[in-house]
Amino acid sequence: MDLFEYQARDLLASHGVPVLPGGVAETPDQAEAIAREIGQQVVVKAQVKVGGRGKAGGVKLAADADEARARAQDILGLDIKGHITHKVMVAQASDIAEEYYFSYLLDRSNRTFLAMASKEGGMEIEQLAVERPEALARIPIDASVGVDAAKAAEIVDAGNFPAEVRDQVIAIAVQLWEVFTQEDATLVEINPLAKAPDGTVLALDAKVTLDENAGFRHTEHAALEDSAAADPLEARAKEKDLNYVKLDGEVGIIGNGAGLVMSTLDVVAYAGEEFGGVKPANFLDIGGGASAEVMANGLEIILSDPAVKSVFVNVFGGITSCDAVANGIVSALGILGDEATKPLVVRLDGNNVDEGRRILAEANHPLVTVVDTMDGAARRAAELAA
Amino acid sequence: MSIFLNENSKVIVQGMTGSEGSKHTARMLASGTAIVGGVNPRKAGTSVDFDGTSVPVFGGVADAMKETGADVSVIFVPPPFAKAAVIEAIDAQIPLAVVITEGIPVHDSTYFWAHAQGGSTRIIGPNCPGLISPGRSNAGIIPANITKQGKIGLVSKSGTLTYQMMYELRDIGFSTAIGIGGDPVIGTTHIDALQAFQDDPETEAIVMIGEIGGDAEERAADFIKANVTKPVVGYVAGFTAPEGKTMGHAGAIVSGSAGTAAAKQEALEAAGVRVGKTPSEAARLMRELVGA
Repeated sequence: MDLFEYQARDLLASHGVPVLPGGVAETPDQAEAIAREIGQQVVVKAQVKVGGRGKAGGVKLAADADEARARAQDILGLDIKGHITHKVMVAQASDIAEEYYFSYLLDRSNRTFLAMASKEGGMEIEQLAVERPEALARIPIDASVGVDAAKAAEIVDAGNFPAEVRDQVIAIAVQLWEVFTQEDATLVEINPLAKAPDGTVLALDAKVTLDENAGFRHTEHAALEDSAAADPLEARAKEKDLNYVKLDGEVGIIGNGAGLVMSTLDVVAYAGEEFGGVKPANFLDIGGGASAEVMANGLEIILSDPAVKSVFVNVFGGITSCDAVANGIVSALGILGDEATKPLVVRLDGNNVDEGRRILAEANHPLVTVVDTMDGAARRAAELAA
Repeated sequence: MSIFLNENSKVIVQGMTGSEGSKHTARMLASGTAIVGGVNPRKAGTSVDFDGTSVPVFGGVADAMKETGADVSVIFVPPPFAKAAVIEAIDAQIPLAVVITEGIPVHDSTYFWAHAQGGSTRIIGPNCPGLISPGRSNAGIIPANITKQGKIGLVSKSGTLTYQMMYELRDIGFSTAIGIGGDPVIGTTHIDALQAFQDDPETEAIVMIGEIGGDAEERAADFIKANVTKPVVGYVAGFTAPEGKTMGHAGAIVSGSAGTAAAKQEALEAAGVRVGKTPSEAARLMRELVGA
């Protein structure tokens, strides 16, 4: 889960990382009130989970509270690369003497954590990594050892930070490691980490990504979720514990197992090329069990998507045998009754497939077509959606 | 021969007394696996009956190994306790730890991976279906009745695609099929399995199944080019996955331009791997290669 800047800033501050005073506002009134409390020049920043908001007009200075109100009025509602701005952060503006960069992240390729640090911050780090890779220090961190003051000093020295800020940055590096590990983050990035004219080092902008698998030990993280941005179908699926992602096509997809469902989306998209570019409407993995109730919940969500014109149920009977899956489909259609209005193409294979197909044939539901192969079923579903 | 698991493997189950653990212990026993014990500190000294087979419960992995000579542990322990369970297995120096558990925080898996370095334990998973050497032993949740012993080696990030491919090629059979898991950080990689299949005289050809996220497939492609002389057929899932969305598996996410299926396919093809556009096309390519 990616956090908004203001959430990241609050999280950093709660672990002692120095940040400037500020707050988040959903209305111009709230922005004005925050600016009044700060009592000096502020910066009003669009809260969107996408880069390049400065260039898009999403970051503005304001000399006083009235101007902060006006800038918030301008920025709220702004469309930044497809992200609508619903909130702004109002923070004390700071003069900046120097800009640095510091992050910790999960390094999947090397199965370890990585610290990245540079005395040259402010710009997009991907750009620095390409243009001047020698200016960006990359220090692997042994997950079973972590970052203490000595390791932090190694990182900071590798990043070539100026001597006058060294101790401050080392302290921040240790605090940031605390954020990274104690909050179960897969990314914490401060860019810029800025030196104010008085020599104080502060986090001026931050990105944090949290590991959703760690939610069981961070119940407080649930409140950080941006429920307003979630697709309504995704939100409903989540309530029912379904693994669902909304896509922009016409063929509803239900399958078991993440890999098989991803594969199903691809096969439908290939087949759809023949029918004017028909595409999958969603990802939905009902898991190994594929019980009637889960099948009914899944079908209900998919059939309520107005974009869906046909449904492809693609199940490989492994742990669950195909007769159980077929019974699940039949009872799901029974539970849904008149709500089921779109054609279903079903492909079953694997354990006890003959009995599964027999059950579906016997039920002879007018909406259901059984096709033997995954490729053939994808083609039929695409055809029905065209 | 087979890789990592054979008819002499003695298997213990951590989390055997839980609902998933007991269900799959029964299935592993039914498929002929030598399950020699379970681990649960609160139930040490008791035993569990699985359809007439009594399996003793030990207080710890080290005890179980000492008493039974176990060399494989299959771990079903729930996410909050999985890190401690895997570390216990590593500290007991069990040769193979198969971590089935889905939903382990990546800080925990990165920690136990680091902890395992320099030790003697191979980790498979987490978030994986385990591995099966058909007709010999089955450590995990892969259905044992799909196929038989044979000459194909299979390594896959996905469970159901593993089953699907085993089913498509069931008449040819498999030396070992191994699901390495869909998490961002896993123990055994495609490369580890490819190396083992290359060294296994019984394996004549290899199927490698990948999916979006990370660069494991690209790395495997480089490895194949330099080290694998046996024919390899590939399949990659997730061409239609949108950027920035996790597709079921915690590791299955395209980030910016990184981790796309297209890049993986391209890398594999550049290494001489024949990549199927669909699972059944990959199966057809394998049939052509082995002449069956």
